[in-house]
Amino acid sequence: MNKNVFKTTLLAGLMAAGIAMQAEAHRAWILPSSTVLSGDDPYVTFDAAVSNTIFFPDHVALGADRVSAFAPSGKKIELENSAKGKYRSTFDVQLKEEGTYRIGVASAGLRAFWKDDEGKRQMWPGRGQQADDSEFDTAVPKNAKDLRVTQSSHRIETFVTLGAPSDSVLKPQGVGLELVPVTHPNDLYAGESASFKLLIDGEPANQAEITFVPGGSRYRDKQEEIKLTADAAGLFSVTWPSAGQYFMEADFEDGKAKAPATIRRGSYSATFEVLPL
Amino acid sequence: MEIKLFRKIAGAAACAALFFTAGAQAQSLQLSIEIPRLNVAEYHKPYVAVWLEDESRKATQVAVWYDLEMRNNEGEKWLKDLRQWWRRGGRGLDVPVDGITSATYGPGEHALEVAIAESDLAKLAPGKYRLRIEAAREVGGRELVEIPLTWPLEKSSLPLSAAGKEELGTIKVALLP
Repeated sequence: MNKNVFKTTLLAGLMAAGIAMQAEAHRAWILPSSTVLSGDDPYVTFDAAVSNTIFFPDHVALGADRVSAFAPSGKKIELENSAKGKYRSTFDVQLKEEGTYRIGVASAGLRAFWKDDEGKRQMWPGRGQQADDSEFDTAVPKNAKDLRVTQSSHRIETFVTLGAPSDSVLKPQGVGLELVPVTHPNDLYAGESASFKLLIDGEPANQAEITFVPGGSRYRDKQEEIKLTADAAGLFSVTWPSAGQYFMEADFEDGKAKAPATIRRGSYSATFEVLPL
Repeated sequence: MEIKLFRKIAGAAACAALFFTAGAQAQSLQLSIEIPRLNVAEYHKPYVAVWLEDESRKATQVAVWYDLEMRNNEGEKWLKDLRQWWRRGGRGLDVPVDGITSATYGPGEHALEVAIAESDLAKLAPGKYRLRIEAAREVGGRELVEIPLTWPLEKSSLPLSAAGKEELGTIKVALLP
């Protein structure tokens, strides 16, 4: 009972806080049908959704039109057979080059929250909308009550490898919260430990908070979350308790924002597959 | 038939070892790999990989049996199911490889001979190794059998053997001559 009450309150609070926070109430993920592949030009099929239960589409589809796929050479490649369902999108990617591919969604920009003259909450960009930072000056009243401006970034991604793993698509771009694998993300095995580094705008994301949730949460009573904190170098490691698919999310916030923002916020999520030894 | 032949050879090798100290370079590593007969509705011959791994997990490939017959190299699509082998060098191998890859084998005991001087085994540094044998079967199971050994092999320690429970039967290691 207590738990339910808490959830309702939390959800209401998050919804009020707007889209940036809403992303935390639900989990957005891109799930590959396999991550380690062999043979000639194989296909991987992906599901993309925003859901409460890990890897069970139960809320809304994550549109494939927002997803980009990058080949080991760095070339952007076409998604095939994209379709958007009620609860999840699907698309296929053909692996024509050997090495590691990155498939994901990334966005970064300013967000503003304030109260208008009537005391009503306002935000820019509006719920579910995209805007360009250049529109900030005209769209946001600078003297509004309780004005908060954040510089926020979101990234959702996953990795698949044909043949031997490669590192070229894993290089950070220096924008927002990013994961730099120390252990290759397609070389993960149950019982072993894997290390990763989180960067915010290219610098170590000291004290970023990380959560791993194993897939299949519908079939157990607890989330069985693994909670970690990045160190001063942005590093953290996780020991995989069992084989399976894992959802990872990380959040970072500090005050080192570029004007006009005063808060810098980054969210990152990824899907990993851990194989049995 | 294969079994009998193998036993005779192995026996001869054991006798020879008592009387000769053969140069290591002229020897052959002989493995006997048993694929069990399984009572299943849909049977496919397993993919099998054999490799030696040193203490830092560096692999030296010995053998890979996979489906070479499929059109458009489609048999390679399932190589990653030999998932430890795939990680220990398989994924970096450009198959087929002469002297390492071959077609799959059905139930029975299969002898595999590797002339040490003509293979990568000749380059092995003396030390502790694990011989690892992995089998994966389409719509079936997967199993990994390990035999710890010291290289170069000492005849007094042979034959070495280990057995799997599901996808692999008895594995034996000997030296020829």
